[in-house]
Amino acid sequence: MSTPTHERAASHPHHADQDRLVQPSQLSPARRALATVLHSRELAILLVLALVIAVATVRNPTFLFSGNSWRDLLLTPSMLVVLAVGQAVVIITRNVDLSVGSTLALTAYLTGRLFIDLPGIPIVAVVVAGLLVGGLLGLVNGVLVAVGKVPALVITLGTLYIYRGIVLTWAGSDRINASDLPRSFLSLGTRQVLSIPVLTLVALVVLLSVGYYLQTARGGREMYAIGSDPDAAVLYGLDVRRRVLTAFVLSGALAGLAGVMYAARYGTVSAGAGVGMELEAVAAVVIGGVAIFGGSGTVWGAAIGAVLLVTINRALPILGIPDFWQRAVVGALIIGAIVLDRVLADRRRRTLAEARDES
Amino acid sequence: MNTLSRASRATLVAATAALVLSACGGSDDDTSSEGTGDGGSSDDMTVTFLPKNLGNPYFDTSSTGGEAAAEEFGGTFEEVGPQEATPDGQVQYINTAAQQGVSALVVSANDPTAIGAALDQARDAGTKVVTFDSDTEPQFRDVFVNQADAEGIARAQVDLIAEQIDGDGQIAILSASANATNQNAWIELMEEELAANHPDIELVETVYGDDDDQMSFDRTAALLQTYPDLEGIVSPTTVGIAAAARYLSDSDFQGEVALTGLGTPNQMREYVQDGTVEAFALWNPEDLGYLAAFTAHALVNGDITGEEGDTFEAGRLGEYTVGADGVVLLGDPFVFDADNIDDFDF
Repeated sequence: MSTPTHERAASHPHHADQDRLVQPSQLSPARRALATVLHSRELAILLVLALVIAVATVRNPTFLFSGNSWRDLLLTPSMLVVLAVGQAVVIITRNVDLSVGSTLALTAYLTGRLFIDLPGIPIVAVVVAGLLVGGLLGLVNGVLVAVGKVPALVITLGTLYIYRGIVLTWAGSDRINASDLPRSFLSLGTRQVLSIPVLTLVALVVLLSVGYYLQTARGGREMYAIGSDPDAAVLYGLDVRRRVLTAFVLSGALAGLAGVMYAARYGTVSAGAGVGMELEAVAAVVIGGVAIFGGSGTVWGAAIGAVLLVTINRALPILGIPDFWQRAVVGALIIGAIVLDRVLADRRRRTLAEARDES
Repeated sequence: MNTLSRASRATLVAATAALVLSACGGSDDDTSSEGTGDGGSSDDMTVTFLPKNLGNPYFDTSSTGGEAAAEEFGGTFEEVGPQEATPDGQVQYINTAAQQGVSALVVSANDPTAIGAALDQARDAGTKVVTFDSDTEPQFRDVFVNQADAEGIARAQVDLIAEQIDGDGQIAILSASANATNQNAWIELMEEELAANHPDIELVETVYGDDDDQMSFDRTAALLQTYPDLEGIVSPTTVGIAAAARYLSDSDFQGEVALTGLGTPNQMREYVQDGTVEAFALWNPEDLGYLAAFTAHALVNGDITGEEGDTFEAGRLGEYTVGADGVVLLGDPFVFDADNIDDFDF
């Protein structure tokens, strides 16, 4: 590789950065891949995550090296990862789904009811029911947003309350107790395969499938196109309505799955299950580098964001930060992520402008 | 294409930043089911129970106690109540009871003042009014049967944990929300009780699970990780103790770290049976209903008037004395363990 461009890039590091943005194809594939990874937002948050784990472990070795620590490290974020993956897809299309917390509560309670009302029902059937009901609730959101042409923020804020109202009416003060659920189902909440908890494996499968779809499939790429410029996407002839509908159904179905996981993990479901989880999911997505205006970011980032959010919450008590400050730290993290986005975007624009001026 | 404006996006981000993880537990509306109100009026004394709502296992249990008491003193027991736990739902039943001229009305108030006017009418018509579980303002009733006082609740929990960890070691408290008045009062009394009678027990931290299953669960995990030498956890909230028990039951700490507090038998049954929890406390709603019915009986018979110092016999529970403000205290909280938990369903 001795093209003139490459030599210039090697001798002037500043220009290498510029080349990566202006003429990425001038770099060798290997260098380009390396540059992409090194400049990726995902790597940055992964490093922050590693730092959090390292500091917490140094401070208190039980954080990583006691009986349940490894399991909890992987298990605790599983549900938020599933929610964040669905949320990321919706946000990439420049929408948002605030109803996922209520959807989760509905399917978590449904899970318990199914086990109580239909004794002996197979676990697979319950999981399918959770996915279907979640998907159906997502479809309602999708139809209202995509066909009704109402902003997603308003629609899903409405369904957040409606779905929660349904759970409150249905469950009332009744709650699902651990003794109502079959032991085989409860043990799914903690069982491990090769030291990896089952629920974590579920989250990984969801992450990999959705990530692969977004990265390679036509539908996935179209979602980015729609989020990055909806009007252009329409003019280009993309089926915007169908893609947005798909995104909401996916988000709903994943929230439904998370509801079943919730029941297995916590063993107790009340009408208040998952209150506020929609905001955690949005926070995870934002921290993970998905632009809140859509069109960029990855589900990998969103998933790492979810793990970071949950892990920080678990690490802060160990670091001796009082309960009251822990939420402030999470808030600062979100604002920090947004500010970082802004700074990086500004720098990119400046670099591109300089390149244009030079040429 | 439907998009959010930049402004609303910015609002969302701000809202997220401000509110994430700050959600509090969901509301605890009460369930309801079909009510029964067979207006069987007889010549002897009629006691009408009016719980917050029907179909609520807690009040089903208290009514069982009330019915047993009525049978013992030879009265007629009736239960009426709204489907939803609302004050206006109770008013119509109070009015009906007054018109029927029942001897006594035993009420768990959905509001301390909203049902006051209706209760006044009933009392003018000669009906004695006893409140239980949830009181009204003192001027609206004759006697309030209090399930437990703060000192008793605090002492029972300290005694349980002290017994379970042999009076020595680190403990932590898993509470509801940081601003819950009753929780904070209990915790303060528990601290005093620990300092006074159990100097070897060290309370290392109080954490708040906001009466949310998930948050209480995660707080328990954090506690166990932060304090490797932790011997026990006290959770004076039914949500907290169930969530903590769920975490302990499938962790390596099961049987190693003691857990007690205030719980309901249905929520805790699984964990008492699998050995995660040895014993926990709560008042016994059946005894509460039993005592409330006997209090009503004593009022109707004229044995007591609700004045401080009045004494009366309450069947198998023995003698009770009316305290200040016309309050009768049930007694120390009831302790549930593997031997008796199956006798309860609430």
